[in-house]
Amino acid sequence: MLSRVEKINDFVVRLANVNGSGSASANRIFARSIIRMGVPVGSRNIFPSNIQGLPTWYEVRVSGAGHLGRRGGYDMMVAMNPQTWDKDVAGIDAGGYLFYDSTKPMPSSKFREDITVIGMPLTEICNKQYSDPRQRQLFKNIMYVGALDALLGIETDVTEVLIKELYKGKDKLIAPNIEALHIGRDYAEKNLKGAVGLKVKRASAVGDRILIEGNAAAALGCVYGGATVAAWYPITPSTSVAEAFASYCKKLRVGEDGNNYAIVQAEDELAAIGVVIGAGWNGARAFTATSGPGISLMQEFIGLAYFAEIPAVLIDVQRGGPSTGMPTRTQQSDLLSAAFASHGDTRHVLLFPADPKEAFEMSSLALDLADRLQTPIFVMTDLDIGMNEWLVEPLQWDDNKKMDRGKVMTHADLEAGKDFGRYLDVDGDGIPFRTYPGTHPTKGAYFTRGTSRDRYARYTEEGPVYVDNMERLLKKFETAKSLVPGPIRQDAPKTTKYGVIYFGSSTAAMDEAILTLNEKNILLDRLRIRAYPFNDTVIDFIKHHDRVYVVEQNRDAQLKTLLLDTGKVDPQKLISVLHYDGNPVTARFIVNDISLKSGLETSLKESV
Amino acid sequence: MTYITKPKLHHPKLPVNALGFTHRDYEGSVSTLCAGCGHDSISAAIIQACFEIDLPPHRLAKLSGIGCSSKTPTYFLGQSHGFNTVHGRMPSVLTGANLANRDLIYMGVSGDGDSASIGLGQFAHCIRRGVNMVYIVENNGVYGLTKGQFSATADKGSKSKKGVANPDSPMDLVSLALIAGASFVGRSFSGDKRQLVELIKAAIGHQGSAFLDVISPCIAFNNHAGSTKSFDYVREHNEAANALEFLEGRQEITIDHDPGTTVNVTQHDGSVLRLRKLAEDHDPTDRTSVMNFIQRHNARGEIVTGLLYVEPDSEDLHHRLGVTKRPLNSLSDAELCPGSGALQKINEGLR
Ligand SMILES: Cc1ncc(C[n+]2csc(CCOP(=O)(O)OP(=O)(O)O)c2C)c(N)n1
Ligand code: SF4
Ligand SMILES: [Mg+2]
Repeated sequence: MLSRVEKINDFVVRLANVNGSGSASANRIFARSIIRMGVPVGSRNIFPSNIQGLPTWYEVRVSGAGHLGRRGGYDMMVAMNPQTWDKDVAGIDAGGYLFYDSTKPMPSSKFREDITVIGMPLTEICNKQYSDPRQRQLFKNIMYVGALDALLGIETDVTEVLIKELYKGKDKLIAPNIEALHIGRDYAEKNLKGAVGLKVKRASAVGDRILIEGNAAAALGCVYGGATVAAWYPITPSTSVAEAFASYCKKLRVGEDGNNYAIVQAEDELAAIGVVIGAGWNGARAFTATSGPGISLMQEFIGLAYFAEIPAVLIDVQRGGPSTGMPTRTQQSDLLSAAFASHGDTRHVLLFPADPKEAFEMSSLALDLADRLQTPIFVMTDLDIGMNEWLVEPLQWDDNKKMDRGKVMTHADLEAGKDFGRYLDVDGDGIPFRTYPGTHPTKGAYFTRGTSRDRYARYTEEGPVYVDNMERLLKKFETAKSLVPGPIRQDAPKTTKYGVIYFGSSTAAMDEAILTLNEKNILLDRLRIRAYPFNDTVIDFIKHHDRVYVVEQNRDAQLKTLLLDTGKVDPQKLISVLHYDGNPVTARFIVNDISLKSGLETSLKESV
Repeated sequence: MTYITKPKLHHPKLPVNALGFTHRDYEGSVSTLCAGCGHDSISAAIIQACFEIDLPPHRLAKLSGIGCSSKTPTYFLGQSHGFNTVHGRMPSVLTGANLANRDLIYMGVSGDGDSASIGLGQFAHCIRRGVNMVYIVENNGVYGLTKGQFSATADKGSKSKKGVANPDSPMDLVSLALIAGASFVGRSFSGDKRQLVELIKAAIGHQGSAFLDVISPCIAFNNHAGSTKSFDYVREHNEAANALEFLEGRQEITIDHDPGTTVNVTQHDGSVLRLRKLAEDHDPTDRTSVMNFIQRHNARGEIVTGLLYVEPDSEDLHHRLGVTKRPLNSLSDAELCPGSGALQKINEGLR
């Protein structure tokens, strides 16, 4: 007897489509309908670097419990792409469901015994209904959304409202879309009733949360953080940061006599970072958004900004390397190239947002930190955070907060006779004062160069003077430790000698994995790292545990490398859990890998 | 090696300008370039020009790339902020600086290696964008600082110090600047101080991308027979297209004696460029004809100098981007941060 997965508000649906077929907006409506019913959803696009024709997938994690990371595996496949059929069908969890277009008969060998197969002649229905080929294609998408509504118990009214919102302003599209929705739903009601054991049940687990992409959130963080200059060069997956910044600025930053911002689409990433550094040198808050290949091109300039102590913010939306590699796949693999970017002895501050809300907060914080520390600050997001819509708590802003412009000597300071040495450590924190060009007619001007200058910015090539400056830069990096966001620790229900460290977009999957691990009696204290340089508590955490798993989405254990470089801890203690196939890490992967490495065997179904 | 500042003692009889500054106040630290290097004459011309137009030194920011030429900003305007950036990338840094504060004057100093070789892209794109600046290339046909390799402006057939002929075609920065849309283009020679000073003054008064290609012989590596960038060669082949006199707005403009050969061009800031025509076939306000003019003279092996092209009412990057008239680096929290109310509305739109 076929056993069926029967679940309420806790399952994964994956939709397989062809890129450019218009499925994206239909899929979004599907996911949003569930959210509007008060059930949290984590949705992700898995897409190729291509405009039309290649396979794409959309994964919808429905979780009343609020797990928004990828679980791993899927309970239902909506198979709309014949190209990927075999793989799509093979990936369904046992007892799961296959929904497909049954217009063309399929040999039975193409199906599986242990799943429920639900056919609907979508093409046939569309061909009957519409004569225009483009309409046939587009309405097919919304038609399967209608069928899914019926199969999963999603209220059609909710979906209708979303269609109306989507086509607001293009009102003549509303009626035909709603009609197609109804055709799909009615067919499923009539012919497929009860075929699926997965159900969406109205709940109130969403609250006032919002849906936002990390790139838009980061851009908004730059608006709120006071960035006035943005320079960028298009590169997936970072492009929409600059685009969102432009559109938010148009709404929020136009003053009486013109724009209170300037955006330059540069000729390449070298120029983009050059513009940012020039603006930072001259007292404007500036940022660039890029991805790994762009960071590679910016290396020389990043070193200059480090040595010349110029504020700059870089939003690195990480992807799989190299340039011709996996531009549309996610990874956390730029940690080392960012942390030590450039030649000579350099070290940079990195921030690790876990979701779009933190991308917002950390982007604005980065602008403060850049001014405070007078150095480049990297906001290390990734494609998963940047290009997917995440359900997060509403963004918040404290109106009492003022921008921290750092140590800047003013005209009045100089008039009062304050001693100005551009590279003079007056406060013992390694951070010197600077002046903006044009401040004072006779005082405070200095010549900026990387090194070869003394504390008063006077040219010298003396060795001890160089060393003195380098030591101060290290001290400044120490100061950074106390200014960056500290780690977040959550302890296991019972005392344990084991721990796990993770960061960024692995957080959502980790939050889910920890519950399963608890059930399996693998108890772990958790530490989420939010910045480099690491706060001392990070190293203490490692010291106080016998074994610490380090979860990261790269091959070479880059976070672990940074941890070992920072703290004198026993390398044997740190056990890597590495996921780097380009798709976001799943809870099941983490559970499986940690279980295996703890000496326990498990086999939760993984799939990409 | 350590810096040497110049003593600040003033001779009481030193002439002062309208700001009460002497020539000395526009100088920087002592040059460490080779004695006789063309670049030092350009620094002297910059000092002279700024002194003559009564420029408050702190209202100018000087930026450079890397090379002997790019070292020179230390040797002039010691009261100005300066930035020695990376090789070939000064234009982007200058662009960013300019965006941050539109009220300052930006002077970019570069070499032919810096701008025509490694930095060709940034050079062209910066000009394309109409960044309001004076961009000076101190052009000696070689990489001085790395000891005499040919740069991209070296003429085909020009001989190196060791006697090897350059096999590649030269990059003519003046032509490139015109193609890229520069709104002020001049060429001069470090050995012609009067012409250079007037060009610099005019370029500072220009609103938009002003480019000056200044042939500046390298005494150490490119001043021998067979080189087309030596003092002797440039003197022999110099063809001035016009003689420029820069008149500040407040000066009275007198009637032309010979109206057929003299034109007055009024710039945005009210300054007037009085151009006495020396070449018959040159119209400095017609970009296409100027490009032809330059190609014709290049083909004859002549080095045309003077104010080659000017578009008096050009618009700069800030204008193109619609940026506020106030410096971006001076905007307040209230002007920059939309506040929690606006965020509330954004949140509402995302549910
Ligand atoms: C990235 C990089 N590559 C190479 C160099 C070495 N370098 C220093 S100056 C220079 C050439 C400078 O030539 P130019 O701009 O013509 O200046 P000049 O010394 O002739 O005035 C080179 C290649 C460098 N500083 N940086
Ligand atoms: S090497 Fe040439 S360019 Fe450099 S300082 Fe000497 S003469 Fe001038
Ligand atoms: Mg040179």
